[in-house]
Amino acid sequence: MSVVYYLIQNTLPVAIPLLLVALGGMFAERSGVINLALEGTMLWGAFFGCLFTLFVGQNMGNAQVALILAAIVSAVMGIVFSLALSFAAINMSADQTIVGTALNMLVPGAVLLTSKMFFNSDGITTNITYYIKKVPVLGDIPVIGPMFFQKTYITVYIGFIILAISIFVFYKTKFGLRLRACGEHPQAADSVGINVYKMRYAGVSISGLLGGLGGYFYAVGVMDGNCNGHTGVAGFGFLALAVMIFGQWKPEKIFFAALFFAFLRTLAYSVALIPFLDNLGINQAYYKMLPYVATMVVLAFTSKNSRAPKAEGIPYDKGSR
Amino acid sequence: MKKFNLREFTASPGFNSFTATLLAIFLGMLFGLIVMLAANPANALEGFSRILTGGMRRIPDVFYYATPLIMTGLSVGFAFKMGMFNIGASGQYTMGMFFAMYVGFMFNLPPAIHCFVCVIAGMIGGILWGLIPGFFKAYLNVNEVITSIMFNYIGMYLVDMLVQGNATMYVSSKTRTAYLPASAQLTSLGIKGSSLSVAFIVAIVIAIILYVVLNKTTFGYELRATGFNANAATYAGMNGKRNIVITMAIAGAMSGLGGAFAILAPSTIAGSSMTYEPVNIVTQAGFTGIAVALLGSSNPIATIFTGIFVSYIYRGGTLASLAGFKPEIIDVVIAVIIYFSAFSMVLNAAFRSKISKAFGHDNIVKPNANAEPDPVPAEAESEEV
Repeated sequence: MSVVYYLIQNTLPVAIPLLLVALGGMFAERSGVINLALEGTMLWGAFFGCLFTLFVGQNMGNAQVALILAAIVSAVMGIVFSLALSFAAINMSADQTIVGTALNMLVPGAVLLTSKMFFNSDGITTNITYYIKKVPVLGDIPVIGPMFFQKTYITVYIGFIILAISIFVFYKTKFGLRLRACGEHPQAADSVGINVYKMRYAGVSISGLLGGLGGYFYAVGVMDGNCNGHTGVAGFGFLALAVMIFGQWKPEKIFFAALFFAFLRTLAYSVALIPFLDNLGINQAYYKMLPYVATMVVLAFTSKNSRAPKAEGIPYDKGSR
Repeated sequence: MKKFNLREFTASPGFNSFTATLLAIFLGMLFGLIVMLAANPANALEGFSRILTGGMRRIPDVFYYATPLIMTGLSVGFAFKMGMFNIGASGQYTMGMFFAMYVGFMFNLPPAIHCFVCVIAGMIGGILWGLIPGFFKAYLNVNEVITSIMFNYIGMYLVDMLVQGNATMYVSSKTRTAYLPASAQLTSLGIKGSSLSVAFIVAIVIAIILYVVLNKTTFGYELRATGFNANAATYAGMNGKRNIVITMAIAGAMSGLGGAFAILAPSTIAGSSMTYEPVNIVTQAGFTGIAVALLGSSNPIATIFTGIFVSYIYRGGTLASLAGFKPEIIDVVIAVIIYFSAFSMVLNAAFRSKISKAFGHDNIVKPNANAEPDPVPAEAESEEV
């Protein structure tokens, strides 16, 4: 039983960044813009979150409040960063894949440059404990307590709240409906008075918000509150895109897809703790490849009847028919 | 003979993409300068001039570092011509490097052919890693971008694992690979203190071959046709699926060769060689290849020059550290250059119309075209647009 608890406790902090970033990718793509820059956005958000923690958060006394403030900083910086993509993709009709790649290259370079010049290291190392050993009262509930309220991070609960908000906004609001229309048939959306450019800016900005936030949650849940320009976010931004495709661009399905991938990754890094897997004697590198290989297998089976937004990746031109 | 006409020449697509590239490079450099001024105003100009001129003193090194960049640039550019984005050049490069290294260490061949076999092995490694995204795209309808990103990671973990698990290749005390035997290393061009080898010449020859294939063969024509309009090409009876797989295989071969050239380069110190350090990080080489290809508008011949250019500013970047900057500034500059080159054609068109408006319609070829234009009307015009 303790292995099950261990796996759940370690899967959730990894699943939440994937979930948030994949939701971000979903908002951008459903509005019609492919955000390949999520990998860069994550590191960008993580970097500013860590920077804030280093200079302000660490000295505040209350780690959980500091985390929430740092998360807000990273979300805002994520939005700012996403404007670079919005401008190129929406105003300049640039190739979104290329712009995304450029932004992905920019961030590690910028983070390494800044860290090396001002901190003499490859990243930012903070000294703060976000880890929650046990949530009062709730942590004592049998079974559920150890699963969800022990040895965890506050990011997990924030993640679930954001999932609920996303589902509501996506399906139950006028905004969500309009956003989806812009990704399927922007000309039709425009003909009924929806400003496609504005909706796409909104979609990409939400993806920037969730990307930056997810990046900082990655730093919290996976990197112990630090960030590093060399390792970055280890392809989580790209994995999130795979999660989004696996989740068929729908928030509730994305949630399960994120859990699935996070579980595979947790498994890969805790082979030594699970007697059954440890006895098999398989090289750990195979397990590390597992999430990426699983992505390929899943995509191979699901892509034939993929439900990708019809207008994604195509710059909207008012004049074209 | 056709008379040279400046206006016709400046309106040609080739000239357009050339000025667009220059514009992107200029904006990237400008951004780099601004970043440097913000980070360290006192040394910014010195650092920037080192970036601009630093490569001059190390021309053989510029060519040496350009070799793998040209190869990955050709790889990305070739796939671009077919309308595919080969972001997996890094993985193909790593696989090519590993295959070449494996033959170098494990096969005991006569010195005359050893290095040749290593290069071929590297090419096969790259082909393998290019074929997979090709198959996924052609037969399973999986976007090649996601596939090749995933295979970057799979290839990296695989190679790091295989290297670390091989006692002949890996020296665990140094956490690096051992020195390759001299017979596996490429022939040096004999320039003192430089690792420049025949690979540079081979890269140029390959670029020319690719140019001929693209522009003078049926296969190249089908490939470009598919890139322009995949549906029309299929309707005209071209086998799109087969062409996708072949294109990705060729793109993979180019990157694989790049990896092989990088690891097999002759060392300047006798008895040593290039080494590889498995650190579980996807190599930057393939992403730099994207920059090289974009700057060259995917034209194989232009790729030779953009590869040399990118290598040149990287050389300058390492020298910028003498002025207190870090070489990563070049990564930032390159990223900004790619960013702008993604829409430099649009920017370029805007600039051109601004310039021709500033000079009046017919004045472009007038002798006093260098005179300062009146800035007021130009600005007023741009407000309207």
